[in-house]
Amino acid sequence: VDLRRGRFKRAASDEDLARVIGAGVPGTGMPPFALQPAEISGVLAFIRAGFDPAGTAVKVGDPERGRALFHGKARCATCHSTGGLGPRLAPDLGDVGAARTPGSLQRTLLDPTAAMLPINRPVRIALRDGATIRGRRLNEDTYSVQLITDDERLLSIAKTDVREYEVGKTSPMPSYATSLTPDELSDVIAYLLSLKGLQP
Amino acid sequence: MTKPMQWAALLILLVLASYRLDGQVTFNRLLRAAEEPQNWLTYSGGYSSQRYTLLAQIDPSNVKDLEQKWVLQNQVYGAWQSSPIVVDGVMYVTERPNDVLALDAKTGRVFWIYRYTVSPDQRVCCGANNRGVAILGDTLFMATLDAHLVALDTRTGRPLWNVALGDPKVGYSMTLSPLIIKDKVVVGVGGGEYGIRGFVTAHDARSGKEAWRFYTIPGPGEPGHDTWSGDAWKTGGGSVWVTGSYDPVLNLTYWGVGNPGPDWNPDQRPGDNLYTDSVVALDADTGALKWHYQFTPNDRYDYDSVQVPVLVDMNWRGGPAKLMLWANRNGFFYVLDRVNGRFLSGTPFGKVNWASGFDEAGRPIQTPQPAGAPTWPGNQGATNWYSPSYSPRTELFYVSAWLNYATIYRKEEVSYQPGRNFSGGGFRVLAPNPDAPTIGIGRRGPINNWTDEVGHGAILALDPRTGEQKWKFDQFDVTDSGILTTATDLLFTGGREGYFHALDARTGALLWKASLGGQIVNGPISYQVDGKQYVSVISGNSLVTFALRN
Repeated sequence: VDLRRGRFKRAASDEDLARVIGAGVPGTGMPPFALQPAEISGVLAFIRAGFDPAGTAVKVGDPERGRALFHGKARCATCHSTGGLGPRLAPDLGDVGAARTPGSLQRTLLDPTAAMLPINRPVRIALRDGATIRGRRLNEDTYSVQLITDDERLLSIAKTDVREYEVGKTSPMPSYATSLTPDELSDVIAYLLSLKGLQP
Repeated sequence: MTKPMQWAALLILLVLASYRLDGQVTFNRLLRAAEEPQNWLTYSGGYSSQRYTLLAQIDPSNVKDLEQKWVLQNQVYGAWQSSPIVVDGVMYVTERPNDVLALDAKTGRVFWIYRYTVSPDQRVCCGANNRGVAILGDTLFMATLDAHLVALDTRTGRPLWNVALGDPKVGYSMTLSPLIIKDKVVVGVGGGEYGIRGFVTAHDARSGKEAWRFYTIPGPGEPGHDTWSGDAWKTGGGSVWVTGSYDPVLNLTYWGVGNPGPDWNPDQRPGDNLYTDSVVALDADTGALKWHYQFTPNDRYDYDSVQVPVLVDMNWRGGPAKLMLWANRNGFFYVLDRVNGRFLSGTPFGKVNWASGFDEAGRPIQTPQPAGAPTWPGNQGATNWYSPSYSPRTELFYVSAWLNYATIYRKEEVSYQPGRNFSGGGFRVLAPNPDAPTIGIGRRGPINNWTDEVGHGAILALDPRTGEQKWKFDQFDVTDSGILTTATDLLFTGGREGYFHALDARTGALLWKASLGGQIVNGPISYQVDGKQYVSVISGNSLVTFALRN
């Protein structure tokens, strides 16, 4: 359990957390706490803000509803795979719940361009031979760049072959600030947090 | 079926349907690997495991113009036994313990790394080794130290499935590169020093689900079980830790089986101990045993038969024959009929004193040495797991050998405890005096103070028809390097000293060498990208790739 990063053994949603706080975990050092509903939501807000009193509490909803949104209305699965399966256009999210906090997921969903990791910026490369390649970088050095192209090929390009090299600043991912309701957003966050990688 | 169950079933179907075995590398491409020598598609370069390339840009006249094109530095410490594969310009290689890297084969720059976390319960006798991945469709397959089989997406390195094959706590492990046959991934398990019961399994490439399992130690009621006494079979060993071969016409897959347990005390396991130290020929669809040949019955020397089976079609005593060539750890070079397993010949390729020859059925006539006397070859063998090569042009078989190397064995009673070493004795290397440093698994360091008095390495060129040695290339230290031969009669190999050699495959003459500085503990490969032929070899912690000067 890593409270600050929002990693829990027995809880996915805020409701689950409230239940664990109220009931404790028998046989462990976690006792039941007799808190009022308002006190519990205060504690939850503090946890979800990453133990930062000045932080923003992130509501974590229902992962099952989030899964449906991911594959449905939010169209996340158009570009992202989860656990290796699916499109490779955008980074795989199969273990995103183990790597990211609720706060960082919410930031990405609300303002993808601001939250975009530099390596994920879309690139457009015009080669000296006239071909144009679009894709996402995987690696880069002084003399070469490695990318996965929009048609999902692994390609290494020597910079001496490049005529124009454009690194996009705008994320191809849309913001969900208005297209999802706050509750739906919390459900998607809950689903993403549930993606912990392949468990054998 | 409830609604959620219906949805779950539909989801599973969709998931299964999305695994494409007709992706980048089809089974047909693997079958015809020889027709695309620009790629190196399997561990041994093709199903017959000849480790021979048709690429001809580098030849004896220009090999001196090879220059280093790029180096990939390993991220971890320890012997690097992996053999890369190359597919359409992308190289896939593993590093310790179970990381997979995808890199640009032209520049060595990395596309992605997959890092696998090995269970803390894993235990292996001889190093956290992995020898590489296999490919089918758009999926890579890796066998792990904690005895899992993992499937990865070739483009992203993300895991698709992960199945457990054996309990690492009792010594099951995997270090080999898998072999793809049709839609199955075939692997075997290590753990022969821990009293495992070895097996070969085939798994559905889409899901990892086990399709068949062949136990290398037959259980009650199975043929061969009567070669064991009492319960000895339960801890009989028979590990399978080097990749097998496949004959698509016979639909047989051939696998070398490791030592019996306990290693050095045959008194605890009277009988021949099938199928340890054997080659087994299995039906590729069912895993059913078609034939076997046992090289070292009731082994007391740790003579694992985990060499790569080399499949060759050539004339044999007057007619065309489907042969299997096998230089064994026990010091004999064998020719077998791979249709039925019949013993055709066995010739020592170094000093051998554990057997004096063969009876008419091809069974070795064993001559165990008295207690305290040396046995040739020694414990690490006259050769071992590293890949030999066969050139259809020279019709010679090439093997890295340890010569003038002997050990003195001792046996001890050992009781089986799950997960504990189950060796039943030990050995010491024959040396000029008791204080002399000797050779073992891996090089001791850059200063050779053990010298060739405790054994040395050599590349031997053997004529399969006669068993005769055509030439020999001596090295001062021993070698664990595999061998690559080419259609231009070049032979590439290395050794513990860190030299990478190009020899004339017809004469053994040294044509070129590079001092790479780290021990070379697996075979070189060759491939071509954008019209240029490359040769890659791993030395120490570096994967070094050469090509002709521009």
